[in-house]
Amino acid sequence: MSEAPLLEIKDLSVEFKIYGGVLKVLDGVNFHVHTGEKVGLVGETGCGKTTTMKSILRILPMPPARIPSGQILFKGQDLLRMKDQQMRKVRGRGISMIFQDPTAALNPVFTIGQQLTPVIQSSLRNEDRPSRAELRQRAIAPLREVALADPERLLRSYPIQLSGGMRQRVCIGMALATNPELLIADEPGTSLDVTIQDQVLRLLHDLVEKKRTSVILITHTLGVVRQMADRVYVMYAGNMVEVAPTRKLFQNPLHPYTQGLMEAVPKLTGGGVAHGIPGRIPDYLNPPTGCRFHTRCPHVMEVCRQQKPPFFKVEEDHQVACFLYEPKEPKR
Amino acid sequence: MSEDILVVRDLKKHFLIGYAGRIRREPITVKAVDGVSFSVRQGETYGLVGESGSGKSTIAYMTVGMYQPTTGSMQFRGQNLFANGFNRPSSLRKEIQIVFQDPGSSLNPRRTIRQILELPLRIHQPEADPLEEVIRLLDMVELPPEYLHKYPQMLSGGEKQIVAVARALATHPSLVILDEPTSALDVSVQGKIINLLLRLQREFQLTYLFITHDLSLMRNVASRVAIMYLGKVCEVAEAAEFFANPQHPYTRMLLSSIPVVSEAEAAARPEKIISTGEIPSPVDLPSGCSFHTRCHRVMDICRHVDPAMVEIAPAHIARCHLFEQPPEILAQYRGELIDLEAVRPAP
Repeated sequence: MSEAPLLEIKDLSVEFKIYGGVLKVLDGVNFHVHTGEKVGLVGETGCGKTTTMKSILRILPMPPARIPSGQILFKGQDLLRMKDQQMRKVRGRGISMIFQDPTAALNPVFTIGQQLTPVIQSSLRNEDRPSRAELRQRAIAPLREVALADPERLLRSYPIQLSGGMRQRVCIGMALATNPELLIADEPGTSLDVTIQDQVLRLLHDLVEKKRTSVILITHTLGVVRQMADRVYVMYAGNMVEVAPTRKLFQNPLHPYTQGLMEAVPKLTGGGVAHGIPGRIPDYLNPPTGCRFHTRCPHVMEVCRQQKPPFFKVEEDHQVACFLYEPKEPKR
Repeated sequence: MSEDILVVRDLKKHFLIGYAGRIRREPITVKAVDGVSFSVRQGETYGLVGESGSGKSTIAYMTVGMYQPTTGSMQFRGQNLFANGFNRPSSLRKEIQIVFQDPGSSLNPRRTIRQILELPLRIHQPEADPLEEVIRLLDMVELPPEYLHKYPQMLSGGEKQIVAVARALATHPSLVILDEPTSALDVSVQGKIINLLLRLQREFQLTYLFITHDLSLMRNVASRVAIMYLGKVCEVAEAAEFFANPQHPYTRMLLSSIPVVSEAEAAARPEKIISTGEIPSPVDLPSGCSFHTRCHRVMDICRHVDPAMVEIAPAHIARCHLFEQPPEILAQYRGELIDLEAVRPAP
């Protein structure tokens, strides 16, 4: 933990201004990724996972979005204060992204080749000016990498001619074609069938291992993070609630929300279906005071309603934002 | 053993999507369901599992009468569901109800919850007081009576699905089809809906035909499970036997691909089978066994001959060449092949 992280988010808040008021979606998010690390970000629908990632790449629509506070440091530089031109260089070569729905991510009226070659071009250095034929050749390489058969024909195909799994492979190939340092994968397997999801995730895992790419994996499926990530952040209603190495988190979840989530997943070993977490995700127009989980928490205390819990270190690498784990003052 | 409430025999549904050839116009069909037989017992939860395009939803829609089968029969308590084509008698309609996958689109956004729940009551129980019945329904699914005047968009996803469940139960059905009832919802909400469904099943002696792609969920709710692949059933067994002792190569691939959250679960999965290949298009099915393009145990026979259902253990049926005892089964195959020739339309 001595070297500086590749990406560090410090106290990031994001708001959306809408007709009825201001939605306080992210509320002081802290997050970091080290070089070569695979970090999972887990949470349910509407907890702010995608908003966090979109604010890293600065692809949030502003307005309505606003970032009142926070820093996003990528290799020491604050992305939020960068000029648009510099930012364009970061996207692609520095950070690239895979989206949940490959069908929506690919343009239906252009062939795969027409969409892939600009990506290759953008990653070239100034003195490197390949001919068209050469460019085509180079476009084949990323498709080979994602184990797609007959890449020459694929370059001439339209997205509609490919299956969902193939489209997601194309997206992965495209995202990794520029050899980025950080890859953000937003629910890369969610829209696919189980057996195909398994293929795509294994492919992604092997590729990033080979290329030593750092990964942020966003998902709502706990099983997927367990399989893919080294370290996991759990997010609830715009707050990080727990962070730990994957193994520790799954063996010993500490935050009541993480515990509830783990119990709610139906198990292959049987034992019935747990009742889940009572209540519903809070309204961002009027989020609960103090800990945002207190309205649904089985262990709620008075302090939870008034103060927002900071991260408490239970172990050096296992932190929880919950007052249950507040170190007790020694009474003397 | 209790009686069968729904008996499906050799059910096929082929959708016509176009014609090939200019002169001799050959119909092109999607074989969504291609010869499926199963039976659901009174009071059980029958799980129908499969990936997208396997035909599980088509079976659901045929059971409630939204589609007519191409061939084959569906019998509900001995009555043919398609005796009058689409004109199913209302007494039969009220017995079979359905809950759809996405409550956001299955509830009319311009109707209040009261209007939504009153519609089935007006049709099937015109003599009852609708308002009283609607309040009783809401109480049954643990929603407060204030919800009467709300519109679907004011509810969360889970609450919408609960309303959809209440609507399905309004007519006092005996068979309820659950078409992926929780796959659009978060896990923390899923538990609530599933437990509600299980409680209602006990209270009203309901039979569920539970359609899902989530095997971990099936493990916890189903009494029997059938796996479908490209319009055909691959394997059927009692849930406990099914998960303890999966036989069909596809079932094993599916089970070993599931992401799990604990070591104990990982140990419960069969030995890892690397998932390969793509799901073929249902328009252009592979010859022989439709799974042979992805099967890790593929044999020569699989490419030419479609396997038949074989009982490999009591009440455990699989459709794979691996389990056949050569002499008798081969004869059976020959018989089937001749049947297929007879069914095929003359050019």
